[in-house]
Amino acid sequence: MSELHKLTANQLKQEYKNGKTTPQGAMQALLERIEKIEPKVKAFAHLPERCLAKRCQAPLTQKIDRFEVPGTFLHGIPVAIKDNICVKDELTTCASKILEGFRPPYDATVIEKLRNAGAILFGKTNMDEFAFGSSCENSCYYPTRNPWDTARIPGGSSGGSAAAVAADEVTMALGSDTGGSIRQPASLCGVVGLKPTYGRVSRYGLIAFASSLDQIGPITKDVSDAALLMNVIAGHDERDTTSADVAVPDYIKSLTKNVKGLKIGIPKEYFIKGIDPEVKSAIEIAVKVLTDLGAICKEVSLPSTEYAVSVYYIIATAEASSNLARFDGVRYGYRHQGEASMIDMVANTRGDGFGAEAKRRIILGTFALSSGYYDAYYLKAQKVRTLIKRDFDEAFKKFDCIITPTSPTAAFKIGEKTSDPLSMYLSDIFTISANLAGIPAMSVPCGFTKDNLPIGMQILSKPFDEETIFRTAFTYEQNTQWHTRKPKL
Amino acid sequence: MKYYPIIGLEVHLELNTESKVFCGCSTQFGSAPNSQVCPVCLGLPGSLPVLNKTALTYALKVALALNCEIADFTKFDRKNYFYPDLPKSYQISQYDKPLSKAGWLDIETNGALKRIGITRVHQEEDTGKLLHKEGVAMSLVDFNRSGIPLLEIVSEPDMNSAEEAYEYLTRLKAILEYLDVSDCDMEKGSLRCDANISISTDPKKLGTKAEIKNMNSFKAVRSALEHEITRQTGMLSEGSRIIQETRLWDDNKGITLPMRSKEGAHDYRYFPEPDLVPFIFSSEDIKKVADSLPELPTSRRKRIIEQYSLSEYDASVLTQDKDMADYFEEAVKLYNKPKSVANWLLSDIAAATSSTVGIKQLNLSVGRLVEMLKMIDSGVISGKIAKDVLAGMIDTGKPAAAIVKEKGLEQISDDKVIENAADNVLRENPKAVEDYRSGKATALTFLVGQLMRHTKGKANPAIANKILIKKLGAS
Amino acid sequence: MMKFDKTIVEYTAKLARMKLSDKETRELALQLADILKYIEKLNQADTSGVEPTSHVLPIKNVFRQDKVKKSLNIADALKNAPEKEGDFFKVPRIIE
Repeated sequence: MSELHKLTANQLKQEYKNGKTTPQGAMQALLERIEKIEPKVKAFAHLPERCLAKRCQAPLTQKIDRFEVPGTFLHGIPVAIKDNICVKDELTTCASKILEGFRPPYDATVIEKLRNAGAILFGKTNMDEFAFGSSCENSCYYPTRNPWDTARIPGGSSGGSAAAVAADEVTMALGSDTGGSIRQPASLCGVVGLKPTYGRVSRYGLIAFASSLDQIGPITKDVSDAALLMNVIAGHDERDTTSADVAVPDYIKSLTKNVKGLKIGIPKEYFIKGIDPEVKSAIEIAVKVLTDLGAICKEVSLPSTEYAVSVYYIIATAEASSNLARFDGVRYGYRHQGEASMIDMVANTRGDGFGAEAKRRIILGTFALSSGYYDAYYLKAQKVRTLIKRDFDEAFKKFDCIITPTSPTAAFKIGEKTSDPLSMYLSDIFTISANLAGIPAMSVPCGFTKDNLPIGMQILSKPFDEETIFRTAFTYEQNTQWHTRKPKL
Repeated sequence: MKYYPIIGLEVHLELNTESKVFCGCSTQFGSAPNSQVCPVCLGLPGSLPVLNKTALTYALKVALALNCEIADFTKFDRKNYFYPDLPKSYQISQYDKPLSKAGWLDIETNGALKRIGITRVHQEEDTGKLLHKEGVAMSLVDFNRSGIPLLEIVSEPDMNSAEEAYEYLTRLKAILEYLDVSDCDMEKGSLRCDANISISTDPKKLGTKAEIKNMNSFKAVRSALEHEITRQTGMLSEGSRIIQETRLWDDNKGITLPMRSKEGAHDYRYFPEPDLVPFIFSSEDIKKVADSLPELPTSRRKRIIEQYSLSEYDASVLTQDKDMADYFEEAVKLYNKPKSVANWLLSDIAAATSSTVGIKQLNLSVGRLVEMLKMIDSGVISGKIAKDVLAGMIDTGKPAAAIVKEKGLEQISDDKVIENAADNVLRENPKAVEDYRSGKATALTFLVGQLMRHTKGKANPAIANKILIKKLGAS
Repeated sequence: MMKFDKTIVEYTAKLARMKLSDKETRELALQLADILKYIEKLNQADTSGVEPTSHVLPIKNVFRQDKVKKSLNIADALKNAPEKEGDFFKVPRIIE
């Protein structure tokens, strides 16, 4: 069997350029790979066959020269799409029963951009329902498995995208991140995941979870691929008023191996009780690699860190409760049958169509906004959010970037945390603050536990400074071998 | 025990922008159902709103015309509730930082000006339309109207009678028409009104209020409020308590009925709309809009009184309707007798208009009217006959000269003909002649009337008068 | 300190127009009481004089021009409708 499925996007591009293979050849390899291992991984909600030939816009066997646009060119590169991103006429269900059968009549902006760059839309990946979760166990379909140990979770909510990339079922993938949903699964699956600055990538067509926190971002096999994908998806969109009118740099140019003099902050509040000693140790070693290469690492304080989870679970659930109110069985999705009155139809549709975690968040969010509680919960949380943002503003006056573990532990077992929602929420503790502050953050592989489970390092920088993250991550990656290891499947 | 009605009005106004408030769908009225929808106004998952700049400008114009303070920072909020015509299950509206507040509008009541406060003017979006099928337990939904820009104009509870409420609406509509931001058509639903009314023994203190809905014209608002005042006053004087509730006006029965609803008071869970960034206005922004405002009814009325020496009343009625006032000023440019023009406009011409046919829809251009007026001046027709000529012009769209010719309405100014007729009249009415000669001036009026009858109204009244007097004095 | 119990869950579920079974209501009451207790941490944060953050980026005054853009064709608009009649979405009656 060909090894094409193992290639990164950049490597695949090279193969195309050298005439060694065609997009059709690459797809064939991936489909064979999927056939072989998907039953063990279950990364996809909707498998890629349907995206091929008929719907795919990339001319499959044509010569590629005329599409050459340096740095943005994705011709013939298969990209898997998380199932909460609208792809015209394709099933887009957010892994929820309440959106069963939904085929949006429009493309998300990022999908339009991928099509214009010649990418092949390669299936819709599994996720926690409506992105509510950190384990991919809340999907209405099935839990995705971690390719490194299929008894464990891949992380969430973009667990399907991370697993598919890690298992070589696809070359690259898009995920979404509201509280860590790109970074945490990337960390747990040993791949690269970037949450861009809020407003860097258009949210038009991303089925909203928490509107002030959501971002779409790349999940890839290495840092260079992430830069490639970012070049395509980033940019201002007039259909999204929260998207920033800031020029997109060529992120490929930031892929330099140089961290001399780079000032890295290590927040003391992140190295707390409850962090796995192997994770702690891996981060410390990674930091040392960077200091040996010339970076200057110092401790920094982000004093409001302890409130982050609380702030998040009020603001995110409040916004989610409102965003999910449109699922009422009137215009799309599931409708509960046999009800005579509108009120009963809607109540039953929603009671039937949403999973347990979705209901939990809807109730919590509705409560936080309700009369009598708004000031104590929602308004208070918004004020503390300001404090969290200020912490980072202050820190970035003295530091170029901040490094933390992505997750306090490596992948836990399927079913381990499902009966304790609070402990599940606390596993987001390192990733949440970046969403609250709107800053960019990337997870890169930085080691393995003794059980051969991946560990991820998180790099954060100030708004619109993804370039520093790319530089730091690329330098680190190119001086280590983690990104070359593959799970045994 | 004196009871004071305390009334506040809430007006919702559809703005006549080309496209909807948060998306590019057309706002055209009367299109095929669900033919003017898109992911945004249909509330499809993943869609996002973007504010229509013209909707914002129109909103500012209205707020400024109503003398409001414009917020220097304004934002949108989500108003969350469930209803099948509300696609996102929240309405994008404005809650605690509306576009404008603390304005006013003067109405005339009992010959004096009364200032009605405007609490706020804010922006929001309209919902879709529900159609109920008869005999079936199903409803149909059309989302063409979903997302049309709305302004909510809330008055202070400063009105104390149904008539004042009527006046307020009339004045408000006049201003809105001058601004040309809406069709202001209650029948089409581009202007809607709900009323809040309570009765109190102290005009400064609010009583328990009832909210009245389903009034489809200004007259209905007045009637509904009159009914409510009677109903509530009756209850209070019997010692009954008024319940705070929503009541619907039944135009056929002429009463209000309580709206039965399973739901208690709504908890709308307002919070700032995260998908729309806030708006900050500079004083230059505001000034630019303020400078672009047309002359508004009150200013125009004052100017017309001064410029054309019209009465307060005449100027007031004329400026109530912008098109009428425009017509007046254009006509006076061609024919410098403002009082005459005004008279015709306010009587026969106004009578020919209706709620559906404005002066622009009448077959009566300014030029044509002026032609006719000149024909009166030159004696071709009498003033009285001119009324028939005008009616004919409006009916057929033909110019005055054609109507006069066709109907043979030319005034008789020939002395000989009138002398003849006068002789006949005097001979036929000896008693009147005697009455006149014994000092009754009214007898002359009678005789002139008879002469007009003889000549089918076409005799020149001034000449008829002169000749009769001469003949009466002769014998 | 407010007691987050079954009654509050029931009331909130009504606001959210979402039917919950008795079992779900009881479970949610326990789980959310737990979570809310954790969230009480927030009371320790000193937010006097702090403005709330609704938007994390300092963007303001974003509009679009008042130009008509092509709408969805009716078939696409109704494509996902669970029930329709002609060109309308069809829903059960609101029973007042």
